[in-house]
Amino acid sequence: MNQLRRAFLKQAGTVGAVAVAIGAGLLKPGTVLAATWNKLAFTATNSADAMKEAGYAGGADSKDIMLKVPEIAENGAVVPVEVTSNIPGTTSISIYVDKNPTPLIADFAFSNGAEPFASTRIKMQATSQVRVAVKAAGKVYTQSKEVKVTIGGCGG
Amino acid sequence: MADGMKMRATLQGNVADVKVLITHIMETGLRKDPKTDKLIPAHFINEVVATLNGKTVMEAQWGVGISKNPFIGFRIKGAKAGDKVAVNAVDNLGNKFSDEAVIA
Repeated sequence: MNQLRRAFLKQAGTVGAVAVAIGAGLLKPGTVLAATWNKLAFTATNSADAMKEAGYAGGADSKDIMLKVPEIAENGAVVPVEVTSNIPGTTSISIYVDKNPTPLIADFAFSNGAEPFASTRIKMQATSQVRVAVKAAGKVYTQSKEVKVTIGGCGG
Repeated sequence: MADGMKMRATLQGNVADVKVLITHIMETGLRKDPKTDKLIPAHFINEVVATLNGKTVMEAQWGVGISKNPFIGFRIKGAKAGDKVAVNAVDNLGNKFSDEAVIA
């Protein structure tokens, strides 16, 4: 299934072609939507819009989300982030940096026994809140921490 | 075992701890080439899928904010020694990266 989808997306190349394929009844819209890279969310220029587009709007703060980030990051190009959700039924974790040109960093979805845990390294342009939003049993929960950045990681 | 991806999966109790490193430039598309003053086109991994014995366990979408040479760590409960973990990644230009590891 996945292989097929990949092969198809590669062939189709553009979103336009995918839309045409949907129109022609080649693909079920639901299947395509779930699989396609969420361009609207990833190009949103503030965290609130990005969260809305990614389906994480209106969450409440929760102490059951453990967000591990450094207090001060000397190099904004590589900031380690570790997220653990202790909220039962957590199915996905998303990460945002408020002050980045496009705040949404990543959206991880878990299934078949994967623990609601993600560890990665992110870029930060400047000192900013690092925000996480998780989905658990259809509800959204959030947590955030400030990371001070000495040298920004998006410049050029 | 494609170039550009390294991974390790170790069992801790009944949880497999998987660590993945991918060699990738992760260009944001927002930086200018100092010589030509033109924007360097975006080139970044935007989709990562991990499977345990062929079943999807983690699906991620990434933006340009993941650091160069991305690292991902994730955990799979109920995994056993000898189980196979595979990771497939695709970048915005359609390049594919993959690797697999046996849980030890």
